[in-house]
Amino acid sequence: MTAVGDELPPLSLRVTRADLVRYAGASGDFNPIHWSDRVATSAGLPGVIAHGMLTMALAGRLVTDWAGSPAAVRSYGVRFTRPVVVPDDDDGALVEISGKVTGISENDGGERIAKVAITAAFEGKTVLGRAIAEVAVRSE
Amino acid sequence: MPDVSYVGKALPPTAPYRVGREKVREFALAIGEGASVCLDVDAARAAGHPDVVAPPTFAVTFTMPVIEAFLRDPAFGWDYLRMVHGDQSITLYRPICGGDDLVTTIHVDDLRTRGGSHMLTLRCEVADTDGERVATTKLLLVTAAEGES
Repeated sequence: MTAVGDELPPLSLRVTRADLVRYAGASGDFNPIHWSDRVATSAGLPGVIAHGMLTMALAGRLVTDWAGSPAAVRSYGVRFTRPVVVPDDDDGALVEISGKVTGISENDGGERIAKVAITAAFEGKTVLGRAIAEVAVRSE
Repeated sequence: MPDVSYVGKALPPTAPYRVGREKVREFALAIGEGASVCLDVDAARAAGHPDVVAPPTFAVTFTMPVIEAFLRDPAFGWDYLRMVHGDQSITLYRPICGGDDLVTTIHVDDLRTRGGSHMLTLRCEVADTDGERVATTKLLLVTAAEGES
């Protein structure tokens, strides 16, 4: 049974420029700072950066993988604290995601809800602040 | 300078957005979400869902264009090109599934200005066409002060 202090199986994900292009198409966010070095650097960025919503979605996979289904997620929130800079090469940027159960409660619908604090790191520094998901878990 | 008279107001609700099964699959593949309920309609139905289940952050695909149109409206006066996404949260009252027809209403919850930098909080209430709540998303957008980048 899920308990406070449980650690979720960590994920190491690589994000390449091709992933950014694919996410731009799927999400409809075509802001050129996510695909053009010229626009990104003229906006004062170190280079092309991943969409914050892509980083949030990738970090969310920690929880959906663990729960077995995205349908278990009741809420999910993050602060975007640092950009993930994605180089124009085959390796891309490595994002390392981990998380821990920090609370268990029952919601109004009688579901058992685990609160998961998620950490997403790029080049050893966290890129999401206060990343918390609430997920329905089985009671037995 | 953004128009503070929008604070506390809601924009007109959107026309219904139909959640496409292939759009859910496309989004799931783009974020590497491999859960069978996102990709396979039979697996989704076997798990008790009406159709494929969208990943938790899927709502951005239909709420962001509405937000963008508002932010680019000269009447509001937002500096769209100097904006960064500060934070984002999503509350789901039920999973979003293929075939849903969803109406989004944007609420302008807060606008603060500090040292020339503007902080805007928007909330999107997403409901089905019967008016049942499906999701609430909330985001903070920040523009850098003039002279910074």
